Amino acid sequence: MTLPVFLTNVFYGLALAMNMFVIASGLNLIFGVLRVINFAHGMFYMFGAYFMFTVTKSWGAPFIVGVLAAGAGLAAIALVIERFLLRRLYGKEHLMQLLFTFAIVLLMSDAAKMIWGTDQYSVGYPPSLRGAVQLGPTIVPQYLVFLCAAGPMIAVAMWLAVDRTRWGRIVRAATQDREMLAALGVNVPMVYAMVFTIGSALAGIGGALAAPRIALAPGMDATIINECFIIVIIGGLGHLWGSFLGALAFGFVVQFGTILVPNWQDVLPYLLMLSVLLIRPWGLLGRPELSR
Amino acid sequence: MPSRNLGIAAIVIVLALALLPLSGSRYALDLSTQVLIYCLFALSLNVLIGYIGNVSFGHAAYFAIGGYSCVILLTTYQWPLMLALPAAIVVSGLAAAAIGYFCVRLTEIYFAMLTLAFAMLVWGVAFKWKDVTGGDDGFTGVLMPKLLEDHANFFWFTLVSVSVGVALLWMICHSAFGLTLVAIRENAVRAGFVGVDTRKMRWAAFTVAGTFAGLAGALFGMYNRGMYIENAFWTESAQVLIMVLLGGIHSFIGPLIGAAVLYLLQIVTNQYTPYWPTVLGTILLIVVLVLPDGLTGLAKRFRIFSGS
Repeated sequence: MTLPVFLTNVFYGLALAMNMFVIASGLNLIFGVLRVINFAHGMFYMFGAYFMFTVTKSWGAPFIVGVLAAGAGLAAIALVIERFLLRRLYGKEHLMQLLFTFAIVLLMSDAAKMIWGTDQYSVGYPPSLRGAVQLGPTIVPQYLVFLCAAGPMIAVAMWLAVDRTRWGRIVRAATQDREMLAALGVNVPMVYAMVFTIGSALAGIGGALAAPRIALAPGMDATIINECFIIVIIGGLGHLWGSFLGALAFGFVVQFGTILVPNWQDVLPYLLMLSVLLIRPWGLLGRPELSR
Repeated sequence: MPSRNLGIAAIVIVLALALLPLSGSRYALDLSTQVLIYCLFALSLNVLIGYIGNVSFGHAAYFAIGGYSCVILLTTYQWPLMLALPAAIVVSGLAAAAIGYFCVRLTEIYFAMLTLAFAMLVWGVAFKWKDVTGGDDGFTGVLMPKLLEDHANFFWFTLVSVSVGVALLWMICHSAFGLTLVAIRENAVRAGFVGVDTRKMRWAAFTVAGTFAGLAGALFGMYNRGMYIENAFWTESAQVLIMVLLGGIHSFIGPLIGAAVLYLLQIVTNQYTPYWPTVLGTILLIVVLVLPDGLTGLAKRFRIFSGS
């Protein structure tokens, strides 16, 4: 592998990683605060990508409108789901919450088939980002440079919001002790609703950002949710920078796996996850759970 | 119900089912074969959910390992059934033991995610190991023993296998081991204090559940004359979880009822509409929101309500 080829692959791996991080960070946020494994997250991602298609291709709106529409659309869907259904399940067994989100997957998958059919769509790079960039000895698509920049920006924004603001302090308190927080006069259900909405909007935005790179078709939700789980597990459940690290590991393993062991690249992330779990069952940056 | 009466009821049901081939309906026969297989599959999962309180979200993995091993041994290696079936059960049991060893290091929601991840690894291997499993074309053209090619014979064979499986699971769940599992579900810390090695017990339960899922998978592979990667996908794990939940996790026979009801409902729905996922999603919402103890729980509530 020559240096330019190597660098190109590093770059493509990075772009994939950053796109995955946007999606996985939403799942991670929801898990960290609500302790709910949201199976519908992959479906939210798919809806985000489909929204991007409808808004930019069918209506001819610019790319940025597509991204915003996907984020806002998924935020609205998530808010309705949380307010009317999910909130009844807080405090129940994990099994019930898990299966509830699976019910949402089933209902939304049929809804997607009714709205968009089963055809395959493609979106294509936005006109303003269609060029190529000279990056040292290699040339890479502009859009992927944009993705590489978007990921860290979202990571830093989330870190600032959660670690450096009053709102973030409340969110962190909600993960620690719900009752105490409520007793202090904080509207905890509201905090939960906000977190679920923001996390789901990230899935939508992640889907919208992924749309130009991939083919849109039914079933794209099922693969992505597993990949997100891998990333979140590798990094440590509920840990923001863990997910960032997990996404990087995932991106590079998939990208170099495709080159070095073609045909087996899909299995490699699982092997990566297993090797991490063998050494640190709670993930790279996660903390060991308290024994019950 | 005292276990004596339950035993008699079980024998009556099995004998009544054994008479089914006399009806001459091939459709009823095939349907019952499938329902029986799914009953065993759901029951094996409930060892984990109902008895020890660990939700596995990757139970399809052991079903698929059992199925693939059985059909591959029968066809590629041309083993006789008397060797291939036990071997398939052993393979899935060993796989469950190996995977379970890692999974039981975590609990609750972390456990669920880990089982899911391992199941997806199994799916990935089935998908990519084309030479052995047939990849996404599936493994087809299974060489069946002559005797079992007949549908009535295969039904009887399934009935006997599933009955033995259910009886064994009944004994396991109602043994000292089964009671230990319930103790861990109710209070793991206390169970640990009285000297129970909770991790080892959970590991054993995981292996038991995987072994019986393997038997169900092997029967399914033979019935289906093939295995497909969809059988290992996580949606299959979700489906069997829904069966268990619909029937009711706090009762031994709940999963049997849930499996039968859900499977038959799917067959009926598919005759009228392609939107089975919507129907399943709606059922699931109802169960999760208003019927968390399933159909058997509903029956119990109804019995208390009517005062008998």
